[in-house]
Amino acid sequence: MTIHKLGIAIAISGLLSACSSMGVDPWQRQNLAKPEMALDSSPLTSALDDHIYFSKEASSGGRSFGGGGCGCN
Amino acid sequence: MKKNIRLSLAAASCALLGSQLAIAEDKHDVGEWDVSAALLFYSEPDRVNATEPVISAKKQLDTDETLSLKLTLDTLTGASASGALPSNQPQTFTSPSGGSIGTTSAGDTPLDDSFKDTRVAVNAAWEKPISKDLTMVLGGNFSTEYDYTSFAVNSSFAKDINNGNTTLMTGLSLGMDMIKPVDGKPIPFATMQAGRDYGGNSDSVKDGSDDTKSLVDVIVGVTQVIDENSLFQLNYSLSSSSGYLTDPYKIISVVDPVTGATLFQNGAQSDLPTAVYENRPDSRLKHSVFGQYKRYLGGDVLDTSYRFMVDDWDITSHTVDVHYRWKFADTQYLQPHVRVYQQSAADFYTPFFVNGQQPTAGDKSAEASADYRLGEFMAYTIGLEYGQDNPSNSWSVAVEYYLQTGDEPAQAFGELKNQELYPDVDALMLRIVYDF
Repeated sequence: MTIHKLGIAIAISGLLSACSSMGVDPWQRQNLAKPEMALDSSPLTSALDDHIYFSKEASSGGRSFGGGGCGCN
Repeated sequence: MKKNIRLSLAAASCALLGSQLAIAEDKHDVGEWDVSAALLFYSEPDRVNATEPVISAKKQLDTDETLSLKLTLDTLTGASASGALPSNQPQTFTSPSGGSIGTTSAGDTPLDDSFKDTRVAVNAAWEKPISKDLTMVLGGNFSTEYDYTSFAVNSSFAKDINNGNTTLMTGLSLGMDMIKPVDGKPIPFATMQAGRDYGGNSDSVKDGSDDTKSLVDVIVGVTQVIDENSLFQLNYSLSSSSGYLTDPYKIISVVDPVTGATLFQNGAQSDLPTAVYENRPDSRLKHSVFGQYKRYLGGDVLDTSYRFMVDDWDITSHTVDVHYRWKFADTQYLQPHVRVYQQSAADFYTPFFVNGQQPTAGDKSAEASADYRLGEFMAYTIGLEYGQDNPSNSWSVAVEYYLQTGDEPAQAFGELKNQELYPDVDALMLRIVYDF
């Protein structure tokens, strides 16, 4: 467990330092700002899909909270 | 545009990113409502059919402050696998309410067709900027169906750094579910008894009580702009559930140690096979890592994600999901979708018991389930969506096909080898989404 935590800490700090060298200026964001480029560009679809897979499989969540809220699993 | 309805936690970070990334087209006037609706038809041949309408509305309370509400109805009919195995003889099981479930023919997988349920779910989320680069989301969920009620509250924060190119996110969700099985919880590993149709007393193996489970979810994540056309998200989430995690309607067949044939030992009902109620651990801890990458390709969008999950039930799973949104004729698009899912079995999964090896009735320390969803399998989804993004409204329609397939259990012997113990499950889905 400690090794897991250490690994996660290293991964996060590595990502953050890598992140600091990435990115664009505000005037370069017109494509990123398009609605279809939102990470969850169709939340209703995502929620319907998550509910189906929650009821058919042993995994859930990841994108957001795994949750419960259903007697289907 | 009206598409950005940010109900989920993940969407919160994304939304923040969106707000940082400009753009006037993403804003609504203060006081304005943005309404979307969806309708899902889900159908498994000979099994579950579901119709699920959803309506959501988001009000722009202030420039960057929104209130989102969502109402979901989930109407289920049909049948689901009970956990029992097919037999070389007809089988008639007792329904949860003490009647009889229709007779399963020899060679068919026993299905529980006694359920008919409507679930109502309400979600609310309030998103508010706390400072220039920090946004808070407070949310709540409630859902109810005839034997199950669920409450959850959640809170998350998203912080922009690195000139808005990086968003850090963290969230916490606390939930409480109440389970009220028909006639109460069954006694673990008690043998199913004949129902009233046969003069039996199936209630004798129910302890008559309700139960609860609690859920705690923690999530941390980072969203990063890579360049003018691409970004990624990486989340880690920890999910802990404790309490009654057993499925009160699932059973496990008991077979003859020599022949492998299903036993029929009930004096009152000769076609009632010998089967015992399952029992799962009273806690579960899941770790998930989720990564998503999106790239804008001259009007098209590639959207890929991968999730790894591992838990203390010894289940690991891998999920790969790819969408490609192909834009044409300015406002229309076609979006093919492929998803591949693989999971290993829970350490207490067992497709059947050999007679004499089943735990003693009432032994809560023993754990076993024959629920195929806890077995090892692969699942595949392929789908195609067609949509239009018009200035005043947007809509889409999608068709998806889902297939779950697993190997026959290695421990099958004798008569069991003549039966299909792990049948494929497939489903067809039709989904319509309309943004008003």
